[in-house]
Amino acid sequence: MKWFEYEAPTTLADALAILDANPGACLLAGGTDLLVQLRAGRKQTDLVLDIKRIPELNEISFDSASGLTLGAAVCCAEAYEHPLVKQHYPALAEVASIIGGTQIQGRASIGGNLCNAAPSADAVPLLIALGAVCRVVGIHGERELPVEDFCLAPGQNAMNPGELLVSLRFPAPLPASGAHYLRFIPRNEMDIAVAGVGVSVTLENGAFKAARIALASVAPKPLFVPAAGDSLKGKPVSAESLDAAAQLAKAAASPISDMRGTVEYRRHLCAVLTRRALEAAVRQALGQAQETR
Amino acid sequence: MRSKTHIQTTINGEERDFLCEPRQSLLEVLRDTLNLTGTKEGCNDGNCGSCTVTLDGRLVTSCLVLAVEAEGREIGTIEGVAQGNHLHPIQKAFLENAALQCGVCTPGFIVATKVLLEKEPDPSEERIRFFLANNLCRCTGYDKIVQAVQAAALNLRGTKETQA
Ligand SMILES: Cc1cc2nc3c(=O)[nH]c(=O)nc-3n(C[C@H](O)[C@H](O)[C@H](O)COP(=O)(O)OP(=O)(O)OC[C@H]3O[C@@H](n4cnc5c(N)ncnc54)[C@H](O)[C@@H]3O)c2cc1C
Ligand code: FES
Ligand code: FES
Repeated sequence: MKWFEYEAPTTLADALAILDANPGACLLAGGTDLLVQLRAGRKQTDLVLDIKRIPELNEISFDSASGLTLGAAVCCAEAYEHPLVKQHYPALAEVASIIGGTQIQGRASIGGNLCNAAPSADAVPLLIALGAVCRVVGIHGERELPVEDFCLAPGQNAMNPGELLVSLRFPAPLPASGAHYLRFIPRNEMDIAVAGVGVSVTLENGAFKAARIALASVAPKPLFVPAAGDSLKGKPVSAESLDAAAQLAKAAASPISDMRGTVEYRRHLCAVLTRRALEAAVRQALGQAQETR
Repeated sequence: MRSKTHIQTTINGEERDFLCEPRQSLLEVLRDTLNLTGTKEGCNDGNCGSCTVTLDGRLVTSCLVLAVEAEGREIGTIEGVAQGNHLHPIQKAFLENAALQCGVCTPGFIVATKVLLEKEPDPSEERIRFFLANNLCRCTGYDKIVQAVQAAALNLRGTKETQA
C-alpha cells in the first residue's frame, strides 16, 4: 500500500473537522472493502480516517415507537448478536450473518456495505425493503436520506465531500409484518451474489397491506422496485399475487452477463428469488400475527 | 512528515509496544516486527483466513486490519493458544485427527475453532462448517478438520463436566 497518514478521532466533531480539511481522506470502518481497494491500487489517499472510535457510529438502540438506530460502523457480528436486533429485525440479523464469513463479520459494517455502493452489496436491498433512512452529517449540518436514494452507481453514493454516514434508522416493525433477503450464490457462503432480493411485507386480514421489494446484482446499483411491492397492496396472499410481483421485479432488472451469470439467468433468478423471499416474509408476518394475538 | 507511529497494545495477555507505518497491516507487524510468525499470510485480501487473530475477542483477518488500529486493543494469536509446553486440546485434536498436511491454514483454523467452542461448546457439523467458512484449506479436504473440531469439542465438554 502507498504511504498514508492515519487518524482515529474520538468525537464526531473532530472527524468532521479533519474530513473538511482533507477532502481526499478515506473513511475506514471495517476496512474489508477499503483496505482491499487501497492494497490493489484501485483507490489512493493521503489520509485514512478511522471512524470506529466515534460513539455515534457505534450506537445500537431500539425504541418500540421510533425503531432502531444502528451506528454506521457497527460490525455485522455485533449487529446479529444484539438481542434487540435479533428480536425485532430478524431479517437484518440474518443478512449480517451472511456477509463474508465469521472473520469478515467481525469487521465489516452494514454502513460500509452501503457506503461502498456495490451493486452486489447484500445488506442494501434489505435496508431498502425495511425502509431504512441514512443520517448523513457534514460540517455544515445534517440531512436524512432514504437508503433507496443513497447509491448512485458502482462505487458512487449520494454523499457530498465532507459528509459521512453516522447511522441508519429503521422504522419500528409493524404488527403482522415480515422481511427477508435471499441471494443466489454458487456456494453457500463467502461469494458474491449472482442476484439477490430483499423484501418486506405487512399483512391485514389475509391480504397485503404494504410491501417493498429491492434487488441486488441486477443493475448498476441496488435497485428499488416500487411497482413490484405496490402491486401486492390489497391483494390476497396467493400464488397469483406473488407471481405477479415476481414478474414485475424481473421486468425491472437490467443485469449484465459476466462469469457469474448471463442476463437471462439473472432475470430468471429475480423472479424466483422474489417469490421465495416473499413467501418467507409472509411466513414471518403470520408467525408474528399469531404471537401478538 | 513520514514518521512511524508508536503503538501500545496487548498481545496474548502481555503488554507490547511497537513502531509501525500507518499503512502496515497487523499481519505484517505481527510477523515481521514482533516475530510472531505463527500467524500466516495466504491471500492478503480477507478470503483465506490463515492470518486469523482475535481483536478484542472477535475473530478478524489480520491482513485487513491496520497495525495502528491495535492501539489500546487486545490481540490474540496462535502463540497464545498453548499453555506453556502443553498443547491446547484443540491443537491435540488437530494432530490426532491428522487435520493438517502443509499446516499453513492450521493456526487460523485453531484460533477460529477456539472462539467457536468457547461460545458454542456443542456445535453441529453444519454449524462448524459454516462458522469456519472464512478459513480455506488447500490440502485436507476439510473432513478431517471438522472431525478434529468435533473431537476437541467433545474433549472440552468432558473436561468441563469433570471440573464441575
Ligand atoms: C472475503 C470477503 C468477503 C466478502 N463477502 C461479502 C458478502 O458476502 N456480501 C457483501 O455484501 N459484501 C461482502 N464483502 C464486502 C465487504 O465486506 C462489505 O461490503 C462490508 O460490509 C464493508 O464494510 P466495512 O465496514 O468493511 O467497510 P470499509 O471497507 O471500511 O468501507 C467501505 C467504503 O465505505 C466508506 N465508508 C465506510 N463507512 C462510512 C461512513 N460511515 N460514512 C461514509 N463513508 C463510509 C469507506 O470509505 C469505503 O469507501 C466481502 C469482503 C471480503 C474481503
Ligand atoms: S492472508 Fe488474511 S485472509 Fe488470507
Ligand atoms: S493443511 Fe495445507 S492448507 Fe490446510
